[in-house]
Amino acid sequence: MKLKIEEKSNRLSNKKTILYSILVGVLSGFINGIFGGGGGMIVVPMLNLILKYDEKIAHATAILIILPISIISSLFYAAFGNFDLKIGIPTGIGVTVGGIVGALLLSKLKAKWVSIIFSFVMLAAGVKMLFF
Amino acid sequence: MNWLWFLLVGLVGGVLGGMGMGGGTLLIPLLTIIMGVGQHTAQAVNLISFIPMAIISLIVHIKNKLLNKKGVLWIIVPGCISCVGGALLSKVVSNALLTKLFGGFLVVLACLQFVLKIKKKS
Repeated sequence: MKLKIEEKSNRLSNKKTILYSILVGVLSGFINGIFGGGGGMIVVPMLNLILKYDEKIAHATAILIILPISIISSLFYAAFGNFDLKIGIPTGIGVTVGGIVGALLLSKLKAKWVSIIFSFVMLAAGVKMLFF
Repeated sequence: MNWLWFLLVGLVGGVLGGMGMGGGTLLIPLLTIIMGVGQHTAQAVNLISFIPMAIISLIVHIKNKLLNKKGVLWIIVPGCISCVGGALLSKVVSNALLTKLFGGFLVVLACLQFVLKIKKKS
């Protein structure tokens, strides 16, 4: 009996799934647009916890969601004259190479502890930007 | 030699991004705090450098069949519309205020990440 109830609450109805999907899209799109990033950081837990995606699938699908959002936001940022080639080209090369290395490393490191350390780095950077 | 530093900062952000831990949320403060880049420029650089990396990762994920394409347009289409609002809003906000807003966002993310990860068993 208990199992049946759990099963029911885990399986979302079609209408609810669509409604939640739209909300997830609106929120992550807005965040990624105003902050030029970070949409993925909120999409992954929302896909995982609200839409019940398996964690690996959530990570991969988040990129599929954020890519078109980033392309559109990029066009606006570039049109506003915010992009600087002298910074963008070396940084972009670094990000791309680093991204491949990171994807390969993922299976070898204890991601949980890297994430926890990273959350402290984010906290420190956030506090600095907020108050100093 | 400045480009070498930008390359290095990109590498650090890229490694974390490739591990699926929000490279951009680290790259932006690295660019502003360490390299002295303005908040708007750092955000633009982050958005654009994400694109080639994302395309490469997607190819890998497609091969590994890790993508859930079912119903995903219900997320992508609203996201593509609302990001325009976000981008327009970032333009009218001053550099100093955008830095503070981003700092607040980082603090929220840090707490969220900490809680989610500490709960996980593996």
